Amino acid sequence: MSQETLSGWVRKLQAREISSRELTRLYLDRIERLDPQLNSFITVTAESALAQAEAADARLANGEQTPLLGVPVAQKDIFCTEGVRTSCGSRMLDPFVSPYNATVVERMNAAGAVMLGKTNMDEFAMGSSNETSFYGPVRNPWDTERVPGGSSGGSAAAVGARLVPGATGTDTGGSIRQPAAFCGITGLKPTYGRVSRYGMIAFASSLDQGGPMAVTAEDCGLMLNAMAGFDERDSTSVERPAEDFTAGLNQDLTGLRIGLPKEFFGEGLDEKVRGVIDAAVEVLKGRGAEIREVSLPNSHLSVPAYYVVAPAECSSNLARFDGVRYGHRCDNPEDLMDLYTRSRGEGFGDEVKRRIMVGTYVLSAGYYDAYYLKAQKVRRIIADDFRNAFEDVDVLLGPTTPELPFALGAKADPVSMYLSDIYTIAANLAGLPAMSLPAGEIDGLPVGLQLIGNYFDEARLLGVAHQYQQETDWHTRVPAAFA
Amino acid sequence: MSVEASEVQRIAHLARLAMSDEQAREFAGGLSDIFAFVEQLDGAPIDGVEPMAHPLDAEQRLRPDAVTETDNREGFQAIAPAVEGGLYLVPRVIE
Amino acid sequence: MEWETVIGLEIHAQLNTVSKIFSGAPTAYGAEPNRQACAVDLGMPGVLPVLNQGAVEKAVMLGLAIDAEITPRSVFARKNYFYPDLPKGYQISQYELPIVARGHLDIELEDGTIKRIGVTRAHLEEDAGKSLHEGFESMTGIDLNRAGTPLIEIVSEPELRSAKEAVAYMKKLHSLVRYLDICDGNMQEGSFRCDANVSIRPKGQTEFGTRAELKNLNSFRFVERAINHEIERQIDVIEGGGSVVQETRLYDPDRDETRSMRTKEEANDYRYFPDPDLLPVVVDTAFVNQMREKLPELPDAKRARFVEQYGLSDYDAGVLTAAREMGDFYEAVAAGCGAPKLAANWVMGEFSAAMNRSEVELADAPVNAEGLAGLLARIQDETISGKIAKEVFEAMWNGEGDADAVIEAKGLKQITDTGAIDAIIDEVMANNPQQLEQYRGGKDKLFGFFVGQVMKATQGKANPAQVNERLKAKLDG
Repeated sequence: MSQETLSGWVRKLQAREISSRELTRLYLDRIERLDPQLNSFITVTAESALAQAEAADARLANGEQTPLLGVPVAQKDIFCTEGVRTSCGSRMLDPFVSPYNATVVERMNAAGAVMLGKTNMDEFAMGSSNETSFYGPVRNPWDTERVPGGSSGGSAAAVGARLVPGATGTDTGGSIRQPAAFCGITGLKPTYGRVSRYGMIAFASSLDQGGPMAVTAEDCGLMLNAMAGFDERDSTSVERPAEDFTAGLNQDLTGLRIGLPKEFFGEGLDEKVRGVIDAAVEVLKGRGAEIREVSLPNSHLSVPAYYVVAPAECSSNLARFDGVRYGHRCDNPEDLMDLYTRSRGEGFGDEVKRRIMVGTYVLSAGYYDAYYLKAQKVRRIIADDFRNAFEDVDVLLGPTTPELPFALGAKADPVSMYLSDIYTIAANLAGLPAMSLPAGEIDGLPVGLQLIGNYFDEARLLGVAHQYQQETDWHTRVPAAFA
Repeated sequence: MSVEASEVQRIAHLARLAMSDEQAREFAGGLSDIFAFVEQLDGAPIDGVEPMAHPLDAEQRLRPDAVTETDNREGFQAIAPAVEGGLYLVPRVIE
Repeated sequence: MEWETVIGLEIHAQLNTVSKIFSGAPTAYGAEPNRQACAVDLGMPGVLPVLNQGAVEKAVMLGLAIDAEITPRSVFARKNYFYPDLPKGYQISQYELPIVARGHLDIELEDGTIKRIGVTRAHLEEDAGKSLHEGFESMTGIDLNRAGTPLIEIVSEPELRSAKEAVAYMKKLHSLVRYLDICDGNMQEGSFRCDANVSIRPKGQTEFGTRAELKNLNSFRFVERAINHEIERQIDVIEGGGSVVQETRLYDPDRDETRSMRTKEEANDYRYFPDPDLLPVVVDTAFVNQMREKLPELPDAKRARFVEQYGLSDYDAGVLTAAREMGDFYEAVAAGCGAPKLAANWVMGEFSAAMNRSEVELADAPVNAEGLAGLLARIQDETISGKIAKEVFEAMWNGEGDADAVIEAKGLKQITDTGAIDAIIDEVMANNPQQLEQYRGGKDKLFGFFVGQVMKATQGKANPAQVNERLKAKLDG
């Protein structure tokens, strides 16, 4: 039963083959039984989930057909959920019960989704291993001694272990794609501005983008249909007519020009991972795609540029957590300075502090031009590289990560951890849509394939992924312990 | 570039993060590595390039001047660490 | 040594939009604490700013009114610092690209000459909340109702040379924002606030001295006093062999002194950078033209027109156009009574005096333009004399009805019946034979005596012109 995909459940619910209540119960039971091995949820909202499920059943009985009606989902704990703790994986927000919903949550509620709970994540989405969470690390369902990736590690592990058919994630530098790759699921980071950021706790505002994480490309398309759309409460939300992201699923790949950026296949790429990607390319070729080599000559600058831009924005975005209006406040502050420094010192973990300090430094007097302004210029040349590449090809393809899921505690120094996102970050800097889908297994661990599309080309990306998933079964594989 | 513990203390203070000398020494190593890593940007071909603050070349949308929010003080203050008489409380600010 | 003062003003005017600059919460003054602070104003997690069109329109109108450049793409930036009344830990402001750049304002000096003061820039930003220290033991209470109220900060060039010039500039700008209806100008409520950068230098020296920034100058009087104090303080410091420190000083109106604000601790490092939650604000020609059409007649233009159209002196026109409401009031009175000069004399004279006595604003005055015009019309049509009109006005001010009702009730109608006036004159002449003889003997000055007697006999109600004319005829006849 738990092998069914989100799109499969949508069909079964519509056909009244199962009720939302039964389905919700099924997944809540799995969470209760199996999540202690993974720690993928911070909060499980069983009671309200069952209430939502019953409401959905009533609507289904009325013949209503909203896109996700009755389907259980999980929300990354970065999305504000009214009346439910929204911790962002941080001690700082452990006491924060949000008084409002994020737009994404509102939209998914309106689409009829049933929220099972809030998933674990790296603190404030800063991390690539889910080890920085205040609520403890999440474990990879394929090997619980390994990390699930991050920052949306809870969502990825939960979907990978089939504790939920679909979950939301956010991606600032790879936080949907890298954990999707590590947990053997499909995840999409849409074009910047597609999905409202309102109520999605900001890490780096010009890079953050919410997106779906599920088993198949079709699932992601259905979820994105519910999540995406113009929001007048977000100035960076793109005003475009509503789009059906599943429309291109059955598009033939004949003549599709796929570009392989040579920089994504260079030094640092695990040979076995390269083998998996090469095999995937052959599959797509077999379905009529044309393969070309392209170059993104400045892509090696993306990680350093990112580690100026993202910390700069984060240092400012996280200034609001000051112990005054909500969140953690230290005991018995002596004076205002003590209130600030101790509340923040106690509330934030080391990686968050590190990034706040990097950001504070690069914006401070005398350093702005040398770091921040320079990084913003590099950002443009990176975006220009993509613009040039998309003149010749329709889609870019490469590995999602340079290596396999690593062991908990394996990457102690920050820079080596940051390099885990070496192939994913450039799409965030440019604002392009990109996704990861399962493309193979090495030593019992999943490998992710990354597709990067031109602006607003999500439907095409999902179409390519869907065609690939018609021919392969990597995405249907479930770790044995969770089958 | 190498960051000294004293410099870490200065930044931590600017960012309002309590930090012991020992912590500052610990952070100094990681921060030095990060700044050394970021120095790769120094050779970037960016002469005459306009900085890019935002992925999309869009302009600010304007909201009509109208009141759309209603009072939810009780809701907001239910999660506040310290309030009295509708005010948020902080240790006395001396001006 | 002779010293020259250099002053630049930074004026913060709250724009009178109904909602906040980045949220849909109301901006009304005086609500219970934190009842007008929504999630965005409180800096709750995940919330985002969306710019209020009204604030942009008002900023552009100001820019046009001071003949400034309107920036086609202006950018909001974050000014980062921690303070309890600043909920996000940063203020959304404008830094490198303000919406209004390089304009000017002409001020009138005491000797009547006009001096042009450069305006460096004017930028949009959000106001902070308020800290309340009263009523708590060792705590401060934070009210964020004001947080997010739109402000325009107008920065002058350091071209003001005395406290008086600074006040003239501030008054001119105050008048202008009210003309434009972009700010209510209420200084008590903090809608119009001023910081002054003050320095001194030996006369003739071109480089600037070290400046002190004076804050909390919330009335025209305080601005003048605080600046003069600061000038004296700086002269004392320098002449005493010391040097002025660059610092922020707070004006304390109770003690009438400025003192250093030590709590602003380390040198500020605001770490400005473009706000990634907001995109560049594009103001195109069409938008600018639309705003240009919305511009009302501005003070200088109105003043010139009053001189031209109503034949007023430049001085009178200046007084009447200093505030938009006063100009409108005057024009309504002038139109209502058909006598512009009479209207000017009354608006600036009796009427303004009555407002001062009763300490009321124009909007709250018990006599409105229509009422005053009605009274002046009775002077014009000679129902009453100007002198009686003052009595009638007094009664009107006290709520005894309109001019006609008061004239009727008090029987103040002017005597214009020639026969009746003649009869009274005859009586007066008969009763004062001695004076009559002296007058006719050449003592012309006694004419006034006879006028007085006639007016006295009629309790002032006789038409003075007629009295003059008939008296002359009879005395000389």
